Amino acid sequence: MDRLRKEWVLNAVLAGALFAVPLWALMSDEPFIITLATRIAILAIAAVGLNIALGLGGMVSFGHALYFGLGGYVAGIAAHHAFHGTPVLGLPGTNQMLPIWAIAMVVSGTLAGIVGALSLRTSGIFFIMITLAFAQMGFFFTLSWPAYGGEDGLPIFMRNQFPGLNTARPWDMFLIAYGVLLLSLGLFAMLRAARFGAALMAIRQNPDRAAAIGISPFGIRLVGFILSGMITGLAGAMMADLTRFVSPAMLAWTMSGELIVIIILGGVGRLFGPVAGAAILVGFEVFFGGLTEHWQFWLGLVLLAVVLFARGGLVGLITGRARNV
Amino acid sequence: MTALLELEDLQVFYGASQALYGVSLQVAEGQAVALMGRNGMGKSTTIASACRMLPLRAGRVRFAGRDISDWPSFRAARLGLGLVPEGRRCFPNLNVSENLIAAARPGHWDMARIHQLFPRLAERAQQSAATLSGGEQQMLAIGRALMTNPRLLLLDEATEGLAPVIRREIWAAITRLRAEGLSILLVDKTLSEILPFADRCVILERGAVAWQGGPGELSAEVESAYLGV
Repeated sequence: MDRLRKEWVLNAVLAGALFAVPLWALMSDEPFIITLATRIAILAIAAVGLNIALGLGGMVSFGHALYFGLGGYVAGIAAHHAFHGTPVLGLPGTNQMLPIWAIAMVVSGTLAGIVGALSLRTSGIFFIMITLAFAQMGFFFTLSWPAYGGEDGLPIFMRNQFPGLNTARPWDMFLIAYGVLLLSLGLFAMLRAARFGAALMAIRQNPDRAAAIGISPFGIRLVGFILSGMITGLAGAMMADLTRFVSPAMLAWTMSGELIVIIILGGVGRLFGPVAGAAILVGFEVFFGGLTEHWQFWLGLVLLAVVLFARGGLVGLITGRARNV
Repeated sequence: MTALLELEDLQVFYGASQALYGVSLQVAEGQAVALMGRNGMGKSTTIASACRMLPLRAGRVRFAGRDISDWPSFRAARLGLGLVPEGRRCFPNLNVSENLIAAARPGHWDMARIHQLFPRLAERAQQSAATLSGGEQQMLAIGRALMTNPRLLLLDEATEGLAPVIRREIWAAITRLRAEGLSILLVDKTLSEILPFADRCVILERGAVAWQGGPGELSAEVESAYLGV
């Protein structure tokens, strides 16, 4: 019980800090810091998505950049057509975030369904390689897609709109990202506490034993993989709007790796692991990136230390190891 | 009397070696059947085959009027085969509640009823299954099987290796389940505990049924031929 209470305190501190720091930046007129916090929030949403597959289900997807990038391209393509007043697949483009998010989630969920249905028949290294292969296919597809910029990427000239807010203002954009992050964390907590989450964790420990109590290992995992892809896709659409730019780099395998690194740094399967991990990653990039261009070397050392000595990530280090890590 | 579970001439192999040489047995609705025999005679294999966890080389498994010979085990479990596996096999890194919730299917048995049957599981709700004692793990394994709301409970060595006081507690719970009308197929070795409990006994010898009958018909000759050490 003590560990649980500690974890709730830590979660509240993380959630509070992620709100308080940009609020302070707003009052001291530091828009760069607000945008950094927004970036952390959006990366955390993407990692919350991956945390369903990886943290609860033990499915090591090395291809979640596919859904991240796909969501980004949905936002970019919709905005591109809205800007030029041209139709896409017979429909008008849109510059409204809400329908773009819905489409991004449907598209990435559908693709996750296809990828999952094929790759979940394997496990271990084969699963990792198949998810990577699909993401690389997406990467090279966008790279050679001249209609939407090919390797140059696709700029979004004006951020897409959100009802009642001015998305061009950093603070408003942060509020959107923070709100969606809290919603996605709420969804994760609900899933984990429900039969679905328990079943996913049970399959992870022993699929045969789970099947003996009526759990379909393939079915539950597939649903988890689809939900996971949908949330990461949503984050991709938001990231495209934040940076006002979409490029094949969003689908690169390094992006998939970054999402895994975020979860390992923060704590695999922990509710606020993605938030802590995203904050560490972005913090490293900003503070050490300013001192040396080899900041990733130091990040690598930290990652090594986490894997060797603190398997529960930052959340685990502070609150103690969870049962399911 | 219609059979709830009917195994017909099961032949099961582990790789090249044959474990079951045509096992046939029936469990009627509301009945408690004891599966007996020395070690290695195919009791656990028979139970696992009934739950569709092992492929059949020949034979059929019928349950609740359906031929489930080709079904995956999760569908068999959903139809009402509730297995309490040998050696407990809880999900060690899940806590007690999660172990139970993972199995939950709608019906008579829910978390509150399991807690009533085994109050210790309520006390240990947030503890991981790995930290439970053997007896508590056994209670959890039974509770988990009940959470699937089975029509037939299959207990594989439910009291093996447990302290006498815990054994009595487990037997009391199983007896209560039986009194409530649950059909039971159980594997056990302790005659003094099985005989007052079972409606019928089936003895396996080298992967085939050697003898079956009521507990009162079990003669000293049969006992020494098939059950003695």
